[in-house]
Amino acid sequence: MNKYEPILLKNMMQPGYTGSLADYERAGGYQALRKALGKIAPADIIEVVKKSGLRGRGGAGFPTGVKWSFIPKDHRGPRYLICNADESEPGTFKDRQLMERDPHQMIEGMILAAYAISTLIAYIYIRGEFVLGAKILENALAEAYRAGYLGPNILGSGFALDIYMHRGAGAYICGEETALLESMEGKRGLPRTKPPFPATHGLFHQPTVVNNVETLANVPHIVNRGPEWFASIGHPPKSTGTRIFCLSGHVKRPGNYEVPMGITFREMIYEIAGGMRGDKPLKAFIPGGASAAFLTPEHLDVKMDFDSLAQAGSMLGSGGVTVMEEGTCMVWAAENLLQFFNHESCGKCTPCREGSLWLLQILRRIEHGHGRQEDLDLLLRLCGNIAGRTVCAFGDAEIAPITSTLQHFRDEYEAHIRGQRCPFRPQPVADLITVGH
Amino acid sequence: MLIEKHKDKITEILGRYPEKRAALLPLLWLAQEEHGHVSEAAMKEIAGVLDLTPPQVYETVTFYTMLNRQPIGKFHIQVCRSLMCALVGTEQLLGWIHAKLGIKPGQTTPDGLFTLSQVECLASCGTGPMMQVNDDYFEQLTQEKLNRILDDLKRDGKSPLATGPFMFPVPQHMNR
Repeated sequence: MNKYEPILLKNMMQPGYTGSLADYERAGGYQALRKALGKIAPADIIEVVKKSGLRGRGGAGFPTGVKWSFIPKDHRGPRYLICNADESEPGTFKDRQLMERDPHQMIEGMILAAYAISTLIAYIYIRGEFVLGAKILENALAEAYRAGYLGPNILGSGFALDIYMHRGAGAYICGEETALLESMEGKRGLPRTKPPFPATHGLFHQPTVVNNVETLANVPHIVNRGPEWFASIGHPPKSTGTRIFCLSGHVKRPGNYEVPMGITFREMIYEIAGGMRGDKPLKAFIPGGASAAFLTPEHLDVKMDFDSLAQAGSMLGSGGVTVMEEGTCMVWAAENLLQFFNHESCGKCTPCREGSLWLLQILRRIEHGHGRQEDLDLLLRLCGNIAGRTVCAFGDAEIAPITSTLQHFRDEYEAHIRGQRCPFRPQPVADLITVGH
Repeated sequence: MLIEKHKDKITEILGRYPEKRAALLPLLWLAQEEHGHVSEAAMKEIAGVLDLTPPQVYETVTFYTMLNRQPIGKFHIQVCRSLMCALVGTEQLLGWIHAKLGIKPGQTTPDGLFTLSQVECLASCGTGPMMQVNDDYFEQLTQEKLNRILDDLKRDGKSPLATGPFMFPVPQHMNR
């Protein structure tokens, strides 16, 4: 069981809690806003968040307060805040729960962030499939307007803010912040070359901050309880606060678990998530969403924080932990993920657009018994020509499943090629699984 | 057609953005909600509202997988095929759907009721196998549950087995 005290999931775990404004206020909601608006200077809010050590929960882990501080103070035109609610990283399903069960927590975080960077307009970019989440947020925004938490003169402080919903329409890449900006502007979601960074040239070429749902949900708690409190949780100084980890795959109790950063994968998988389904041995796990390199049982004592995972050759990413039992074919798993990456590559950069298809074709022939001896070197050479050669991090992400499974399970690839068949899966259901787009 | 019918709504949408083109996705959604897909006629109409050329609208439409350029079945079954669901039963789910409706991904039932697609991760990884049907999520599917859902949809147009506000796992003390 999860013995740790939740922060972000606390309200919703109370019996009868609906996420309505009344429920949220009863649980102490909007107190941070009352404490801050007109009483703490925006620049001081940024300092508080900097001091807390809060880092982005979307995947990249950039320090939130630092991001806010990059907005030019002397800028005369409009500036924007965007909540990135495009949760699309395979393995990740926490933001959906935060939005649908406690929408005001995130909205209060947005208002505080907007106040800190002095913007009048904020948008919530929510993935198109989250129809229910969008409705719940629309209702919550309407409640917040009626109560005076949004609108022209919030709580009589003189601070004004409007928040609008903006639905995506099915494209993983739009979770990448510059692709998100393009998408919001009504274009294809192609990532932009950086610099310039969104902090100076973002939405409509104006200074813009883009923050993830979970990141923003932390802000009211930091303002309420102070940066020292927050910085004492987790694995300071680089990994402060809790993370909501999303457990999926072959564990007994999959789901969202909020824990202080820095506990081990062993504790997460074997205690909190109840251990392996059917008590089978663990074969591999992905620690931070589909873009993170596979790890193996020898990494079970790695701590779940930014630095420990980087040292282990992977990343904390979005918090999606996917667990695979003995008997799972690693070539099949890599092929599945490459089908995802090939489908979702936006097509802007040649190495990623063409490379993802070539990688997929090679993996597919290995898995289906047509692999060639030279394929493994070819895979690695292709990966080397994609990494670092694209506008956004997608290129690095798409090679992670291949380089890491080849590193840890090369013998498995070789067995496929030698035996001209998959040793794990008797016959792929090829006629039900469509190829490519 | 679209413009006249939704004049006020369109004005409200345009008011959210300092630049007109930003209203493109919201207007495309409006068209799809109206007709079930986005026709070229609707794209031209939207281009006119936003001072864009029809190709500018078309190039945007083709980027996004949720925008249908052709009419599809009344119920669009979208099965997640990404790794996390595949580990716990995407292939079985596709098999159950095939057994019940006789369709494979990319096909529509002859009565025009169901279209089946495979899609990438829908943020439901701990509760697979799963599918989205139109606006609703259906999770932790078994063959029995799937058959009930499809019967419900056919009979009533909706199913009470759709997921509500999401929380998983539900804490034990709330499970009474």
